[in-house]
Amino acid sequence: MDVAFIIETIAKIVVILLVFSALAGLGTYFERKVLAFMQRRLGPMHVGPFGLLQVAADGIKLFTKEDIIPQNVVKPIFKIAPVITAATAFMAAAAIPFWPQFTVMGYTVHPIVADINVGILYVLGVMAIGLYGPLLGGMASANKWSLISAARSAAVFISYEVITGLSLLAPLMMVGSLSLIDINNYQAGGITHWIVWSQPVAFILFWIAAFAETGRTPFHLVANDHEIIDGFGTEYSGMRWGLFFIGEYANMFFISFVIAIIFLGGFGDGTIAGAFQLLLKVAFFFFFFLWTRAAWPDVRPDQLMWLCWKVLMPIAVVNLVITGIVILVQLKGGM
Amino acid sequence: MHHEEVFTNRNVSESSAYFYVDIETYPTTGWDKFKQVFKRTFNGELFVGLWVVLREMIKFDIHTLKYPLEKLPIGPRYRAVHKLLRLWESGYERCIGCGLCEKICISDCIRMDTRIDENSRKEVTEYSINLGRCIFCGYCAEVCPELAIVHGGRYENASEQRALKAGEQAEYPGFGAIIPGSDASVKKTPLAY
Repeated sequence: MDVAFIIETIAKIVVILLVFSALAGLGTYFERKVLAFMQRRLGPMHVGPFGLLQVAADGIKLFTKEDIIPQNVVKPIFKIAPVITAATAFMAAAAIPFWPQFTVMGYTVHPIVADINVGILYVLGVMAIGLYGPLLGGMASANKWSLISAARSAAVFISYEVITGLSLLAPLMMVGSLSLIDINNYQAGGITHWIVWSQPVAFILFWIAAFAETGRTPFHLVANDHEIIDGFGTEYSGMRWGLFFIGEYANMFFISFVIAIIFLGGFGDGTIAGAFQLLLKVAFFFFFFLWTRAAWPDVRPDQLMWLCWKVLMPIAVVNLVITGIVILVQLKGGM
Repeated sequence: MHHEEVFTNRNVSESSAYFYVDIETYPTTGWDKFKQVFKRTFNGELFVGLWVVLREMIKFDIHTLKYPLEKLPIGPRYRAVHKLLRLWESGYERCIGCGLCEKICISDCIRMDTRIDENSRKEVTEYSINLGRCIFCGYCAEVCPELAIVHGGRYENASEQRALKAGEQAEYPGFGAIIPGSDASVKKTPLAY
């Protein structure tokens, strides 16, 4: 393993960490602005031009606030839980290609930390480990609301893992590879080659499940808004709470990348235009997360479970079986 | 300028403006439940909600008032901090010291002392309203025979502490009155910090 590779990888990791930490902060700004505009408000306006420096103000506040460890909590677990959320969110980014490869001064850069051949499996797996953040945080908090919220979010996360997995199997069978770059190259032929046209059901199922995986509004059960507390994060303060937040917003960005790459062609043939198209798609999916928060109410936990196990999972299985049959028929026809 | 408000009693039950929402019977069989779910899933109500909020965002009809910089006009009959009026021509106080406002005040926040001056006229020597006790009911302004006390429009009363020392103004004891010995907790003059 040569030194250049190690340096390049570390540089990529640092860039991804910095960019997406900043984006998570900016994401809160955009969320507040978009929600405000949709509710005929102005949102943050006073810190900096159009309130842009509100992000910096919030960051300074979170960093300098006292780190309170309440009585009776299980201290090591309470302390490590937010780190798990943020760390797994960023670890999942390792297998996501954020940009097509490009050449700088004769040196080809692959803007992906590790192009492993089980890319999407790795991404979903690490995102699933992110469940331990809310779960352990809520269980260690010595607070019954936190505990209930943790149990509920654990149930939601685990249930919707089934949907993400089953709905992704169908496009993966078509592509024949788990690498996100292979999936992207499969759709490199342009808009007609996008998997969303051949797998619309899987696309919608995965999109719905993405809301549950990131805990966004129609399925925002991780934080109990109707109990006027913050769910598993009730006992957290300062930067530990901020880590939960960064993890949540980073997850939103990464899952948007995953949806755009798997179903909407990703960066296409790898030109600069294709790369900017990828960013546009990601921006749309991120905007949609905010949009639904302004428009839709939360569902009850039992409704969410009902939706998962009685509606989405059977549809996913049927979609999988039909896809398999179609692929088999095509193979026979090809022979 | 005369403005007459049209009286509409919105709480009358026989009013034709009220009607029962047509609630469909709850489905009992599995097939009916399935049909209901199917209908609700595909009638596009979710997209109506999405469109409504997006429309408001595009119209950008912002209703925010940046409060300390912009203020809404308040009504002419708004009951905020009292004003003691003076006569237009002479500039004398309109108050004749009858004490009606002090008597009618239901929170005992008005306290006045009077004396007969050398011209055998009643003169107000001390008049105080503890705005911390006042409930802004408006009885004092209502009862005043000389239109001497009215309510003004000054509604921003937030402050950190009292400006006066206890004893500098007369006050009835009771709920809301200045606590004896509370001067110790008064800081310097508000302008000092």
